[in-house]
Amino acid sequence: MKKKVLSVLLSTAMVASLLVGCGDNGSAPADQPAADAGDEGTEAPADNEGDEAGEEAKEITGEITVLTNRTDLIDTDFADYKAEFEAKYPGTTVNFEGITDYEGDVAIRMQTSDYGDVLMIPNTIKSTQFSSYFEPLGTVEELSEKYDAAFLNAKQSEGVVYGLPSIGNAQGICYNKEVFANAGITEMPKTPEEFLEDLQKIKDKGECENPYYTNFKDGWTLTQWQDHAWGTCTADPDYHNNGIVNEEAPFSEGKSNYIVHKLMFDIVAQGLCEADPTTTNWENSKGMLARGEIGCMVLGSWAISQMQDAAKTEGLDPSIIGYMPFPVTVNGKQYATAGADYCYAININSENKDTARAWIDYMIDESGFALNQGAISIVKDDPMPDTLADFSDIELIIDNPATPENEGKFDVLSQESEINLYAEPEKQRLLEAAMGSTNETFDDIMNDWNARWKEALDNYTPE
Amino acid sequence: MDNVAVKKKKRSFSDVMSLRKTKQYITAFWFLLIPLILLILFTYLPLVDMVRYSLYKWDGFGKMKFIGVDNYVEMFTKPEYFRMFKTSLYYLIGSFIQIGLALVFAALLMDSKKTKFTNFFKGAIFFPYLVNGVAVGLIFLYFYQPGGTLDTLLTSLGFSQETLPLWMKTVGLNNVCLAIVSLWRYLGQNMVMFAGSMQSIDSDLYEAAALDGANQAQIFRYIILPNIKTVISINMILAVKGAISVFEIPFIMTDGANGTATFVTKTLEVAFTSRKIGMASAMGVVLLVLIMIITFIQKRFFEKEG
Repeated sequence: MKKKVLSVLLSTAMVASLLVGCGDNGSAPADQPAADAGDEGTEAPADNEGDEAGEEAKEITGEITVLTNRTDLIDTDFADYKAEFEAKYPGTTVNFEGITDYEGDVAIRMQTSDYGDVLMIPNTIKSTQFSSYFEPLGTVEELSEKYDAAFLNAKQSEGVVYGLPSIGNAQGICYNKEVFANAGITEMPKTPEEFLEDLQKIKDKGECENPYYTNFKDGWTLTQWQDHAWGTCTADPDYHNNGIVNEEAPFSEGKSNYIVHKLMFDIVAQGLCEADPTTTNWENSKGMLARGEIGCMVLGSWAISQMQDAAKTEGLDPSIIGYMPFPVTVNGKQYATAGADYCYAININSENKDTARAWIDYMIDESGFALNQGAISIVKDDPMPDTLADFSDIELIIDNPATPENEGKFDVLSQESEINLYAEPEKQRLLEAAMGSTNETFDDIMNDWNARWKEALDNYTPE
Repeated sequence: MDNVAVKKKKRSFSDVMSLRKTKQYITAFWFLLIPLILLILFTYLPLVDMVRYSLYKWDGFGKMKFIGVDNYVEMFTKPEYFRMFKTSLYYLIGSFIQIGLALVFAALLMDSKKTKFTNFFKGAIFFPYLVNGVAVGLIFLYFYQPGGTLDTLLTSLGFSQETLPLWMKTVGLNNVCLAIVSLWRYLGQNMVMFAGSMQSIDSDLYEAAALDGANQAQIFRYIILPNIKTVISINMILAVKGAISVFEIPFIMTDGANGTATFVTKTLEVAFTSRKIGMASAMGVVLLVLIMIITFIQKRFFEKEG
């Protein structure tokens, strides 16, 4: 507590002295305020270190390397966090290593012991493997005092948490409010049929070229649909990890995966998307949404702030970007799958685990990173972000973890069947059929998936 | 006495020679050591490992489970793995056209007296080969976009945008487009190899041919072609190898979607998306064996001709 007060005082003093510097008309020497801040900076740390030695035997000092997928933030937001953190814990140095193809590169690097001190857990690592790669961060029970318990389930194994979510996401659809309003849509669609009708209205209006934009070429964008097959369409927090893994035909008509993929298929088959999905460009799509050339895109809530930034770049009001719930109603009520984004973890081989832990705690508890991103903070006391205003009547459903007998089973079935629900190849196949590139029908593909899923299920042996 | 002296002299001479030879061997050994270590470390060891992995079921992290040749059995019984070789046909045809064009350009640009700006043209044609594959992919992504470079070019020639096809969306056409990109990229490399070997032909032969009144076509047929046959054969092997292991261009431009997947992009998907490292290694082994067989056949074919 004392530490915190001190650091707050320190940063206030620094800001104040900087402000003095700004307000100054140049009569005083320019280096005066800077020198002030420097003095304060050297005084405080001595106290800080003393406190730590007395309170706990943790050594928060030295250099850590943080692997991150957010290459876009390293020189901006992260640089500010780094400065604040290093000021709070003098003697520490935080280095970022931005990795563009995060999933692929980091999973390969984890074969060595050199994968940073703090990293985000790649999604391909199964929960049964956590303990051999990452430092335990505490039990679900301990951590749930401070954090929302549902989010702690994201990366835990047998009640021990190995990764803390950097931000929480709610799944929905990014849309341009003006495009929808101009097409005369006043109420947000609640069923797939209504959604398709609305897209048709936008198309008929003729002002917006792409009522929906698939971003087919980039591939990963299609996987953003998958999460809706869990909470959104079933209202069942157990379906993802404990339900589908024991079903023989989870792609049959009426099932959640059928509903989600059917909507995706229909949008393309009915020509409500871009004319040529094969040459799309993710970076450009942000600006197009802001300018009203795109009506909407299915993306996690993490994307909202990126879309708003794009609107700002275009000189538009960022509030033009809205976020609506996925258009499915279960028993008269709408739900939305919520979940954890990438989770911070500590490399088990790290030589500086205390500092690594301090960085994770700082990022989640103090930096305000999640809310800045317009995402849900996993800290219990933090409010919901403004961006999720449309979700006021929606119940968020966060996946329950797998029970011991189902541990890791979903991933194994998804990979063994080569349907890879969280990868693009089969989803692209679906849309290729919708575009007419192949002769398959929607039901052909669903039947094929069912057959492959059943084969994987039959061959399944727990590890 | 004389004989003995001669013998002695000879022996000592051969001694010197053998010493020199030993020294040469030692030098050669040191010079070869580094490339050999690199070759073993980065080519043969991984190869041995790949063959080993192909006999296991393994996701790349956890325990490895020995399953014998099951991966191979599955690969040969499921058509979706081999269907990818159909895509290679586009690139194979493309690369034969590429070799033909390269020969023509090389022959035209060889004679700096008859053709102007030969160095400029050589540079221009070779340049794409120097461009990074990722950059090439991105350039052509814009090129083939609806309303992109190609469409703009064609509309300025009088075609209307509506009649133009969606280059990357139409299956079949998209593979042709990709094969053309590949052709554009590798044409220069072929041409430089041909030009180099053409220049090493003895100029006396040309003079003799000129005296005998041979025309350009005859010179090409009876002097150039026989002299550069080895280089052509190497390029043919490289072309076939390239065609069945196409990777960069479809991977960057289409991610193997919409019927453009090749055997290698599929291998990558199996390995890193489905996380079946064993299966993907088996695919790698099959590709290797296939290339070895084709190379062998081609070599025999060309040897017979010679």
